[in-house]
Amino acid sequence: MKYDVDSNGYYGQFGGAFIPEMLYPNIEELREQYLKIIEKESFKAEFDDLLKQYVGRPTPLYFAKRLSEKYKAKIYLKREDLCHTGAHKVNNTIGQILLAKALNKQKIIAETGAGQHGVATATVCALMGMECIVYMGEVDMARQRPNVERMRLLGAEVVPAKSGSRTLKDATNEAMRHWISNPTDTHYIIGSVVGPHPYPDMVARFQSVISAEIRTQLSSLEGRALPDKIIACVGGGSNAAGAFYHYLNDERVELIAVEAAGKGNESGKSAATTVLGKPGVLHGSKTLLMQTEDGQVVEPYSISAGLDYPGIGPIHAHLFDVGRVKFESATDQEAMEAGVELSRLEGIIPAIESAHALAALSKLELKADEIIVINLSGRGDKDLETYIKWGKY
Amino acid sequence: MQLEAYYMNRINKLFNEKSSGILSVYYTAGFPNIDDTLSITQHLQSAGADMVEIGIPFSDPVADGPTIQESNQKALDNGMTLKLLFEQLKGLRESVDIPVILMGYINPVIQFGLKDFCKACQEVGVDGLILPDLPVLEYQEHYQSTFQQYGLKNVFLISPQTSEDRIKHIDSISDSFIYMVSSAGTTGAKDKFSKENMTYFQRIKDMELNNPTLTGFGISNHTTFEQATQTSSGAIVGSAFIKTITNSTDLKKDVHEFVKRLTGLRGTN
Repeated sequence: MKYDVDSNGYYGQFGGAFIPEMLYPNIEELREQYLKIIEKESFKAEFDDLLKQYVGRPTPLYFAKRLSEKYKAKIYLKREDLCHTGAHKVNNTIGQILLAKALNKQKIIAETGAGQHGVATATVCALMGMECIVYMGEVDMARQRPNVERMRLLGAEVVPAKSGSRTLKDATNEAMRHWISNPTDTHYIIGSVVGPHPYPDMVARFQSVISAEIRTQLSSLEGRALPDKIIACVGGGSNAAGAFYHYLNDERVELIAVEAAGKGNESGKSAATTVLGKPGVLHGSKTLLMQTEDGQVVEPYSISAGLDYPGIGPIHAHLFDVGRVKFESATDQEAMEAGVELSRLEGIIPAIESAHALAALSKLELKADEIIVINLSGRGDKDLETYIKWGKY
Repeated sequence: MQLEAYYMNRINKLFNEKSSGILSVYYTAGFPNIDDTLSITQHLQSAGADMVEIGIPFSDPVADGPTIQESNQKALDNGMTLKLLFEQLKGLRESVDIPVILMGYINPVIQFGLKDFCKACQEVGVDGLILPDLPVLEYQEHYQSTFQQYGLKNVFLISPQTSEDRIKHIDSISDSFIYMVSSAGTTGAKDKFSKENMTYFQRIKDMELNNPTLTGFGISNHTTFEQATQTSSGAIVGSAFIKTITNSTDLKKDVHEFVKRLTGLRGTN
């Protein structure tokens, strides 16, 4: 397949495994084992069963009638917001905890920004009776208090990352440091299509259930598996990778990724990596990265904590590079307006991350009979505080 | 023979002349103050350190513990950059003859430009590099030939988890020394090494590698220094040194006392 990762973990010029030697055995074990394990029939059966019975899959592909009327196109929403725990993140954590079990690991660590991946990890650890430590930036802990308590309620230990900017990238650094110090009994569940190979490919595969379902559902709803456009938001890019995965080789399907432009791409307060980034290495892979001329990683900004990451997954950097995926960006304001709009038109309050994908609707030229699928990656309950502060509804 | 020795890389020369008790000290460029980089090197040399590793500060140093992380952040806040570091090291070889290694993460090197970076290293008289997040395979495919072209030795790390086969492979592509990480963990000071640590040190010694080894991560005092030098050619000290200079008001005195305390004897002028 044209867009698959190569044997060294590269997508074109991006990817690889830039890890300290101390982590080499862990990454090598994963690299050697992950496909063997996840392609086993017994693994697939258990994964599928948990996705069905526990997560609530398949999630609906919902025809958004009033939204369609407004934008004069046929708009479907892939309802990942209806997954258990409220976002697509759990697809990956279910997959990885089964993998961790197959590798005989006893402990789980994870990083989290807004707390969604942390909650999804704490959830599957409770389900499997495994010890769970989640690293979260001290700043994020303060602004995402409810998710911190959700993780604790689920039995996880939440450790504040106090280094650097005390946000997602620093939580990731701390999780890596923990893994360096505890290399044998611990599995690190990375939450996005980032990190050293094989993580980006592994996470994309676990999330690919999203596009597998879209194909089947759209076939039965519209008599065709291929929509004209698929739109998804991108922070690290796991929901987009999942929504695009089974369409990458169908070149006539236009794939659109929406990054967070914060207060605007020229404002110095943005997280739009393909606009502001250059190739660089962070968290184990070569990708597009927001950085200074001197190669120091720049702290991004977005109203949405889930998109507040200075890089993107190497698969997305490659898809951007070769032009397979078109990248748009939406500002805080555009996203908030789109979030309120969906709430009013469809009775669905989206996560602010997903609202960035919705915001692309007003930026694209749409044709009346076009079929558009928007990946509604999460629900907005966790963002109520931000909506209240925003106030314009 | 004499000519060969003259052109020999300073790291190789050191290990040729000395097979035990080598002290290599790590510190972060531009820390505690932005202009301290060169003077700390000079003080370390006069205090009797055998080699220095100058850290290129990075915003996200994943292999480092809290002490070195903080020194990196402070150095960046002070305005340190790789470009400035090469400026500061311009006169290095007028006063310093011990081997100098740059240690840092790969991203600043990529942004500087690999070739420009290596050229600048050679011009100021840097002898080797330690880049913890540059993996072996990546090095061999994309970096090795450029490093060699500019006479730079790349130093690889091994840890207690590194398999015997991989250690042998790393040994086969090294031509200076191997950095033996003392235990599973990031950089940071320890009071003493456990029996388990010592068993690992002995295991590596018994492998009789072609390259000498230096033990690093956790060396903080005379006890750990002595333990490390029993089974390898010497020790690398970082966090403990950073702690010493963090609030120093007399760098020369503190650096000398540190080396003396650690080795038990050096530090005369």
